Amino acid sequence: MLKAMLEEAWHAMGANRMRTVLTMLGMVIGVGSVVLMMAIGQGAQYAVAQTISTMGSNLYILISGSTSTGGLRSGSGGGPTLTVADAEAIAELDGVSNVAPVQQGTQQLVYGPNNWSATVVGTTPPYLDARAWTVLSGYPFGDSDVRAATRVALIGQTAASNLFGADDPVGKTIRIRQSPFVIIGLLGKKGQSLDGRDQDDTVIIPLTTAQRKVFGNPFPGSVRMIMVQATSAQAMPAVEKDMTALLRQRHRLREGQDNDFFLRNLAAAADSAAETTRVMSVLLGAIASVSLLVGGIGIMNIMLVSVTERTREIGIRMAIGARQKDILAQFLLEALMISLAGCLIGLILGAAAALLTNAMTDMVIVISGAAVLVAFAVAASIGVFFGFYPARRAAALDPIEALRHQ
Amino acid sequence: MAEPVIRVVALGKSYATAAGAFPALRGVDLAIDRGEFVAIMGPSGSGKSTFMNLLGCLDTPSSGDYFLVARNVAQLGRDDLAKLRNRTIGFVFQGFNLLPRMTLEDNVALPLVYSGVDREPRRQKARQELDRVGLGSYAQSLPSRISGGQQQRVAIARALVNSPQLILADEPTGNLDSQTSEEIMALFSELNGEGITVVLVTHEPDIAAYARRQVRFRDGRIVSDTPTPPGAAAAC
Repeated sequence: MLKAMLEEAWHAMGANRMRTVLTMLGMVIGVGSVVLMMAIGQGAQYAVAQTISTMGSNLYILISGSTSTGGLRSGSGGGPTLTVADAEAIAELDGVSNVAPVQQGTQQLVYGPNNWSATVVGTTPPYLDARAWTVLSGYPFGDSDVRAATRVALIGQTAASNLFGADDPVGKTIRIRQSPFVIIGLLGKKGQSLDGRDQDDTVIIPLTTAQRKVFGNPFPGSVRMIMVQATSAQAMPAVEKDMTALLRQRHRLREGQDNDFFLRNLAAAADSAAETTRVMSVLLGAIASVSLLVGGIGIMNIMLVSVTERTREIGIRMAIGARQKDILAQFLLEALMISLAGCLIGLILGAAAALLTNAMTDMVIVISGAAVLVAFAVAASIGVFFGFYPARRAAALDPIEALRHQ
Repeated sequence: MAEPVIRVVALGKSYATAAGAFPALRGVDLAIDRGEFVAIMGPSGSGKSTFMNLLGCLDTPSSGDYFLVARNVAQLGRDDLAKLRNRTIGFVFQGFNLLPRMTLEDNVALPLVYSGVDREPRRQKARQELDRVGLGSYAQSLPSRISGGQQQRVAIARALVNSPQLILADEPTGNLDSQTSEEIMALFSELNGEGITVVLVTHEPDIAAYARRQVRFRDGRIVSDTPTPPGAAAAC
């Protein structure tokens, strides 16, 4: 029975090929654009997730705060309020996995006849873990390097290629502010940060060396920033509270007095970036869904025309014993077949367009099985939903009237 | 005597019109036995088409009872009526009413689709009926490829395919020339000779002459019910 009905639906689709193809086109465009838009949206989400993971997770940045001298307030980082001792105290707190004081700035790097300007980060060994840096070749510096203020450096890929070209940088000596530094390790590639900076255009050196030889420090023992990593996202609220209380106590701030440091939650920034792309991808999907809806209405339109045109056929079928549900099933099946066929072609074209976009631009495209399944399910339900009204109209026809219809 | 194939009692049908209810049938009583060949005659507007629609289970009466093979069908629902049309009645129409996109074989097999017969037995039965009306060699042709008389033969094959108790033919020769009409009527006579009950609606006396009993309608009532005079068929 079902097989016979499928064959008939197939014949009916073939009977007016042009019209069937045009009806299908609505579904093709609808499904194709949903697939493409979801691929782009999910690609953007993936790209942001990648970037976030290179930044390091569950991070806080403490920045030394403003001081107020005779009514003149400096901005953040303006006063020497944070110290290395603060960092050591924070490292003792529960839920904190890595703490690294940081002093950074842009400096000119010189190697032989080449020179290049890059971000120089003076810090301690836990920084590498906190920011998810890997050492590709060579080895990282240790606590003894920080204590002894040795002139060693880890170099990022962008800075390395600008100074050394294709040569291996490990073991070479560069100069920063006239001081020679031996490159002891090459860092793994990270790519762009959320705000578009090239994270690989970096040199990392021991904090003490940075303060003595590169940046200078009028207030010994103080630092501009402290990077704090919590053990997990769940631990972050407690860490934030404990850290604030600890610093207020250490800095002898009275009740009601403002903090003399700034605390920034990098995880929150990452979340909001992820949220933005999520909203964008939902929005893209929603816009594309509108075309799917239009395709569905196209199917309903054609099915209504078809029912009117085939009224006599419906009358004949009823006269020889078709029940209402047979007629209903016949027209529903036709609508379903048109929408599923349209969906299939749409999936192929949408995926092809997505792959083409991937090949032609540097946009990241992700085609997920879930998106494909959703598109298929939606197309099927559109076929049933928009096919139902015309099919019910056909089934409700009076056999005598239908037989008389010319 | 066995229960008649058709027995109607005080059958009435009214249509709602702008001027109020119009009674198309006003209390018809009639019984048709198994194996009869009955012509229903009358001018247009006499109610014979309404009566035919009721007999064919395409419509339900406003009043009275209709026993089809001893079953009162007057108050049945649409699906039950559809089942009766499928299994118990075979229709032959004036306009042949074949589905133009289907082969003759598929057209003949269509009632079997709705009674849930599998593909292979369906094809065999359809071929058998096509052979019976002499068109077995056209099984894979489309209706548009054959003549009107041949199309009507195919329609008769379709009416026969589910082995019905009753063949209802509504002006079956109305679209055919007299030579072809004779062939079609001969086919009906032959089927009747095999024991199939045939009820025929016509307004042509020479077509009605093939039947063995003639029932005349006028203004929604039966005005005469007579056996066909012997020799009447030979007159045309």
